[in-house]
Amino acid sequence: MSASARNLTIAFFALLAAGAVSPMLFQGVRFPQWLEIVIGGLMSGVLYSLVALGLVLIFKASGVFNFAQGAMVLFAALALVKLMAHMPFAVALALVLALMVALAWLVERLVLRPLVNQEGIVLFMATLGIAYFLNGLGQFVWGADVYTLDVGMPKEPKIILDKFFEGGILVSSEDVIAAIIAGLLVAALAFFFQRTSTGRALRAVADDHQAAQSIGIPLNRIWVIVWSVAGLVALVAGVVWGSKLGVQFSLQLIALKALPVVILGGFTSIPGAIVGGLLIGLGEKLSEVYLGPLLGGGIENWFAYVLALVFLLFRPEGLFGEKIIDRV
Amino acid sequence: MIYRETGQFKTTYASDQQLFPILQDRVFVIGFLAFAFVAVPFLASDYLFRAILTPFLILSLAALGLNILVGYCGQLSLGTGGFMAVGAYAAYNLAVRIPSLNLIVVFVLAGLCATVVGALFGIPSLRIKGFYLAVTTLAAQFFLDWLFSRVGWFTNDSSSGSVAAPPLAIFGHPIQGPVEKYLFVLSIVSVFALLAKNLTRGAIGRTWMATRDMDVAAEVIGIRPLYAKLTAFAVSSFYVGVAGALWGFVYLGGWEPLAFDVNRSFELLFMVIIGGLGSILGSFLGAAFIVILPIALNRLPAALGIPLSTATVSELELMVFGGLIVFFLIAEPRGLARLWAVGKEKLRLWPFPH
Repeated sequence: MSASARNLTIAFFALLAAGAVSPMLFQGVRFPQWLEIVIGGLMSGVLYSLVALGLVLIFKASGVFNFAQGAMVLFAALALVKLMAHMPFAVALALVLALMVALAWLVERLVLRPLVNQEGIVLFMATLGIAYFLNGLGQFVWGADVYTLDVGMPKEPKIILDKFFEGGILVSSEDVIAAIIAGLLVAALAFFFQRTSTGRALRAVADDHQAAQSIGIPLNRIWVIVWSVAGLVALVAGVVWGSKLGVQFSLQLIALKALPVVILGGFTSIPGAIVGGLLIGLGEKLSEVYLGPLLGGGIENWFAYVLALVFLLFRPEGLFGEKIIDRV
Repeated sequence: MIYRETGQFKTTYASDQQLFPILQDRVFVIGFLAFAFVAVPFLASDYLFRAILTPFLILSLAALGLNILVGYCGQLSLGTGGFMAVGAYAAYNLAVRIPSLNLIVVFVLAGLCATVVGALFGIPSLRIKGFYLAVTTLAAQFFLDWLFSRVGWFTNDSSSGSVAAPPLAIFGHPIQGPVEKYLFVLSIVSVFALLAKNLTRGAIGRTWMATRDMDVAAEVIGIRPLYAKLTAFAVSSFYVGVAGALWGFVYLGGWEPLAFDVNRSFELLFMVIIGGLGSILGSFLGAAFIVILPIALNRLPAALGIPLSTATVSELELMVFGGLIVFFLIAEPRGLARLWAVGKEKLRLWPFPH
């Protein structure tokens, strides 16, 4: 990173931090309330990270901007809800996982393999087609109603830190569990990528397709694996999101929020997806509570995108993305 | 045998530079336009005008605009729906607040409003590229959606958030019937298509294409990326804005912000990709495909005598639509326009194989 780019990034974060603490200075908001909102924002940011993670995995390994990740989340959640009516949770979970692997295999066979070597935009459009197909299929097989997904997460909020502040801080225990699950998932993925031979192969493919192929890594199998892993991530996201908000079509729209997360963190970086998610969740919550009333409300629909846009003006490749070097 | 340029000598520069250098092409295009202007109004039914031809023409115009940006200049945009909304709401406000204004002037001014907004949201493209840019254009989409639904001034403080276009009239002549609306849209789209064809083969089109192929190399040979990218955003937004105004005024009549949501942006991007990136004809073919496909899919089960509920039909429609998109991308990633070009090439050689 050049010195000027570093300075710009620091300036951006200084501005962001100033914006984040300004409510306490100007609107007379007290610290415990503010902290409550910050924690809520970080927790919802974890959920965005879960969807973003799937996007990053696929982009890293196959260079495909997978728009169908949101549809995969919805599809997995729908399948899980329907299967849980007939069998215990663990069996249903295993079956849905098998379904996602089958889906990954089909996507590789029917979509990616024939489209190999095409431009990024064509592959992006193909994943949009997959998204349409999955939405139609999910609704066709399982119906378009809103379902509740109950996997036994505690619903009642908890009060923490009441020794330090009067009244303490209200935290949704659901969110805490979601954050723990996300943390475990990231740790498992990190282990998979760093310590297993398949993970090493995946990283090799991400670095250079041709070089990886020349040393005998089968690209097609790697794609199936990475789409399966993305399916697993989608399943986890579907469980967490679904039990929080109910399994419904709008889950997909929330998945759109993963896009600013990904570009903020950098398309090719797993830590970027996590940090980006936290930043977006935090910024969105704070702006919704403190900035929203000034602008007439409803700003959470676009704030994340504008935040990402402004940030990219400072760093066009995102926070941890690979530096894009153009040569003639 | 019929489609061959043998014996067509070009003796002047003008004849060398004309739009369609081959006589048969010229005859076909003029004949096609004459058919569209003269014969179609007598042949088609009201339903055809209302449900297929008018939306097809308007969406072709929007796809044309998007194709200038994505296909010719290589800047991926997902904010087209937002720019259409700018055109529609600008036209609405102009028409309601200044009732004496001529309808054509209203549409042109609406397009210019969209141009300004488009160029503004195009500024990040100077630093941000590829999919990063695509996601940042979503910021335009969602911000504009929000702006038009939350700020009362744009909808003239209508309580429901929806607006109704005033009755259409041009030079005192009302445009009400489906045929008149069709002819009105057709004239505008023809003029704009001709304009786009000439823009893209002129100097400015070449700067766009050089930027698309490799922006660093283009910069090295003396093309200013600022100028190339912002003009592409501006011209594209102008087209899209006029299309948005037409969509609101002529096709919908009354609308709410939902008419221009992010799904519209994706739909237009589909049209451009299925039709063919960097092709004027492709914009029309893609629009025709995307307009007609859902209608055809919707009617197919009934036509085959399979009783299905409307919900099932719409779900199956999604599946088939998604499947066909993937199929078309695999069969011809360069779009329907490419198929057309291949067909023409084959026809030139026919009946010989080479």
